[in-house]
Amino acid sequence: MKTKEKIVSGINVPNSQGNETNAKLNSGILKWLAAKANGPVVGLILICVVLTITSQYFMTTRNISNVLVQISDVGIMAAGEALVILIGGIDLSVAAVMVVTMMFSAWLFKMEHFPFAIALLAGLLLGALIGLVNGLLTAYGRVQAFVATLATMSACLGMALVITNGNTLNTFPTWFAALTGSATNLIPVQSILLVLIFVALGFWLRFRPAGRALFAIGGNEEVARLSGLPVKLLKTLVYVISGALAAIAGWINISLLDSAQPTAGSSYLLNVIAIVVIGGASLSGGVGSMGQTFIGLLIIGVLNDGLALLHVNPNLQQVVIGAVILGAVLTDRNQFGYSFNFLKKKAK
Amino acid sequence: MTSLKSLTVTNIDKSYAGVQVLHSVSFSIPAGEVVGFIGENGAGKSTISSIIAGVVQADSGHLLIDGEPYSPASPADAISSGVALIHQEIRMIPELSIAENIYLGRLPMKNGRVDNEKLYSDSAEVLKKLGVGIDPRRKIRGLSIATQQSIEIAKAISRNPRYVIFDEPSASLTPHETDRVLEQINVLRNSGAGVIYISHRLEEVISIASQIVCLRDGSVVKTWDTGKISHDELVKAMVGRDFKFSHSAPPPASEDVVLEVKNLSREGVFANINFSVAKGEVLGIAGLVGAGRSELVRTIAGVDRSTYGSVLVNGQVIKIKAPSHAIKAGIVMVPEDRKSQGLNLGRTGAENMASPWERILRRAKIVTNAWVRKLAEDNVKSFDIRGGIHQPVVRLSGGNQQKVLLAKWLIREPKVLILDEPTRGVDVGAKMAIYQIIRDTAARGVAIVVVSSELEEILGISNRVLVMSGGLQKKILSRDEANAETVMSLAMPAGMHL
Repeated sequence: MKTKEKIVSGINVPNSQGNETNAKLNSGILKWLAAKANGPVVGLILICVVLTITSQYFMTTRNISNVLVQISDVGIMAAGEALVILIGGIDLSVAAVMVVTMMFSAWLFKMEHFPFAIALLAGLLLGALIGLVNGLLTAYGRVQAFVATLATMSACLGMALVITNGNTLNTFPTWFAALTGSATNLIPVQSILLVLIFVALGFWLRFRPAGRALFAIGGNEEVARLSGLPVKLLKTLVYVISGALAAIAGWINISLLDSAQPTAGSSYLLNVIAIVVIGGASLSGGVGSMGQTFIGLLIIGVLNDGLALLHVNPNLQQVVIGAVILGAVLTDRNQFGYSFNFLKKKAK
Repeated sequence: MTSLKSLTVTNIDKSYAGVQVLHSVSFSIPAGEVVGFIGENGAGKSTISSIIAGVVQADSGHLLIDGEPYSPASPADAISSGVALIHQEIRMIPELSIAENIYLGRLPMKNGRVDNEKLYSDSAEVLKKLGVGIDPRRKIRGLSIATQQSIEIAKAISRNPRYVIFDEPSASLTPHETDRVLEQINVLRNSGAGVIYISHRLEEVISIASQIVCLRDGSVVKTWDTGKISHDELVKAMVGRDFKFSHSAPPPASEDVVLEVKNLSREGVFANINFSVAKGEVLGIAGLVGAGRSELVRTIAGVDRSTYGSVLVNGQVIKIKAPSHAIKAGIVMVPEDRKSQGLNLGRTGAENMASPWERILRRAKIVTNAWVRKLAEDNVKSFDIRGGIHQPVVRLSGGNQQKVLLAKWLIREPKVLILDEPTRGVDVGAKMAIYQIIRDTAARGVAIVVVSSELEEILGISNRVLVMSGGLQKKILSRDEANAETVMSLAMPAGMHL
């Protein structure tokens, strides 16, 4: 509810009450906006305002909780993808890694009767391992990231089907499904995990030498190498993180669906890349942040949710997301950036 | 004086974002003559040439070509009016042939197909005119920078331009290659074209120009009707004060050897290099492009791997397989190309300076922006970086970028400082500042190795000069032995003559 007040009072300028506290609040929010004002933030606020007006269900606790549930798995993968794109690479294998680790864990548990926790950890390990392969291929093998991860994507999608002969595996321990049940938890566990991952990676990127080095690598790899930074090691590490996070997204999927399906991840990859791009990252590397990626994630999440609330044809949602990607990229350029100057002026 | 056959520029003003960069600039380029343009970085040389070439438009003032009004709205306009601009940076498509690059966008056609016969014979003719004996069917990839520069000139000539602007064509060429470009400019001049020649190398301007225009802070401060002006007078006009452009002998180095290089080799590139540098000594490495100078220092700095030999610092053999190993041992290098190897152009000066040191100085701690700013600010006071270190370095001039790069590697006092072409593309003021930094750093006891294609620079700042040719060490000359003749005769490969 607090969010709602903030957004409504900050943006809906015609305000009949117009008392002093409100004016103060207004200028505070405007100052914050002016500092952060960029395409994605303004876009997210606009979308929220429009949806609040057009749908009475949008700004309800239940719906917001629902959005958080739905973006968790894709968001965790986007966090890894953001790191990869930051260093000027791309990881096409994230969704495939998610599926293959899901199937692997499920197979270990159901068919080989491993303890469930061990099966999950094995899935995480497999994800990190595939990430390691991606990393070694790109950093040491000098294979282009697009090509290397295209190859592992294909292999993983195939393996996911091979493991169970294409069959779905169902029924996992009930405590595991309960973890992500939004009926039992007001704030879903997977959303907490999502936020923790973003905060941890955000801290790493901003305050730790290794994380900060990713900007240098993405900006100019040769400069980074000549500056004595361990470029190959860090590049490999980033792909390992991306693979491991994809496996964690797989955990969430198993828990949510109480099943592991070898075809579960087909629509994820493009959404993951879209989130990072909408968040303002450049595919040529060196630009981006965890905060911006999170905004991109919220835009996709809120948009998908809102379009469903408004009963928009699900196939049209893809069209809308395409338009949003273009909008985000166009407003991110300098010549369009001026359109938000009125906010900055007002704040002064 | 406006003769009929000339390119005349009258009272040109130009502002960028409220900052006036040209103040009522006027001059005239007579056909068949070479006019030299000099001035420090940021004086407005590139802006005025961009206006003439239609890349940007003037705010006010007018241009005349041979008495006709001329107001190019785009580079295409300029080209069709007979004006060609040859950029400092070569822009060619590596996978196309020389001829296809020369006639890019206007390939000769016959029956709806490219007339290859005409394409290659025309190209061969243009190249011959310039004295470049190379098959126009060859691809650009793999050609030397100097040859590519010649092809760029051929491209301009093939359009039969009436006026040609050269924007620092010699910035990345050796003296020998520069001579060839100057000859090619003479060919152009003799065919009746008017030439604007922009260069930081004053000797070249003096040798080729029949008129000189000096710009300072966006205004024409002086023009000479003759090219026979002394070096010192030109420098004085450029910087607006008396300027003694000479090097006093560096203080003698101490006896303590810091860097020793023994039998260092890299297969196919250089072999058997032996030298040592003492505390506070400046060792210059001279030679032609392709002699293996940059490759040698890159290997010492860990950028490339050696195949044989050893590097010692303070008597200890150090294993250098990556730049980080060299940095750890106290060997740092300011690389040759600041844009592709030295600086992350999109980040601020401070961020660039802190980049190598974050993981060394803050290994188990957090790095805040405040820490980065302070680290940088504490270290750049003596560097006088105009434009500051808190904006992306891409916005700084070449000289200031170079100072940021130097500051980056001097944040922690190194034992050995390697400088590869430290003053390339840098104006006179920044050049002197960089020489002073080198001098001061040596005085603090750092061993310094400088690679440079500018003979004057090498001779001026070095205690000793190592001359390389064809990947081999020819000789190490003492300061007294080293002069232009001794160095060049050693640098020339066998069979070539001055």
